[in-house]
Amino acid sequence: MVRISGVDIPNDKHICIALTYIFGIGRSAAEAMLNKLNIDNSIKTKDLSEDELVKIREYIENNYTIEGDLRREVSQNVKRLIEINSYRGIRHKRGLPVRGQRTHTNARTRKGKRRSVGIKKSQSQ
Amino acid sequence: MSRSLKKGPFVEEKLLKRINKLNESGEKKIIKTWSRSSNIFPEMVGHTIAVHDGRRHVPIFISESMVGHKLGEFAPSRSIRPHIYKGKSERVATVKK
Repeated sequence: MVRISGVDIPNDKHICIALTYIFGIGRSAAEAMLNKLNIDNSIKTKDLSEDELVKIREYIENNYTIEGDLRREVSQNVKRLIEINSYRGIRHKRGLPVRGQRTHTNARTRKGKRRSVGIKKSQSQ
Repeated sequence: MSRSLKKGPFVEEKLLKRINKLNESGEKKIIKTWSRSSNIFPEMVGHTIAVHDGRRHVPIFISESMVGHKLGEFAPSRSIRPHIYKGKSERVATVKK
């Protein structure tokens, strides 16, 4: 078990995968970082030397916004759009796709589970 | 694809001219415009611009955080209204007749 920048504990996986457990670091960021630090992509996390871990920690700290900071940044951006009442803000507020996708069908990721709409049958029959 | 940096942000020249005129004289007047695709410039902050939504001009007060967006973003051109549920009583009434 290894701890990198706060709460993340990636373990038995290749380091390039394990790093993606950190919010804000994906495959490409992880690979770019390891290339830069001259660490083999496919080495397991537990086989990393203490030295390399320190290097990774330092690199993340200096180059990426991650975890809470990143989440805050994203939600602040959304809040700004809602506050100035822009089209994108309205779409965020209503939980609909923001970037012009169709909503006639699909868009289930944003809209969530299907809810049936329409005239309900009257109960007194 | 984003706009070429060489050109800079788009704004209808006429609109910018009218804004500059207002800034010079220090007046505040509502400016009507159809130019939804114009970017909001720092010069426009504090003015009220009425942007056409296809039917009427929606007055929009330009604040600082709106700079860099387009005018059309603040005047929705579609009205979203929910489906209207015709009440039960009405349906029962028609059946009785």
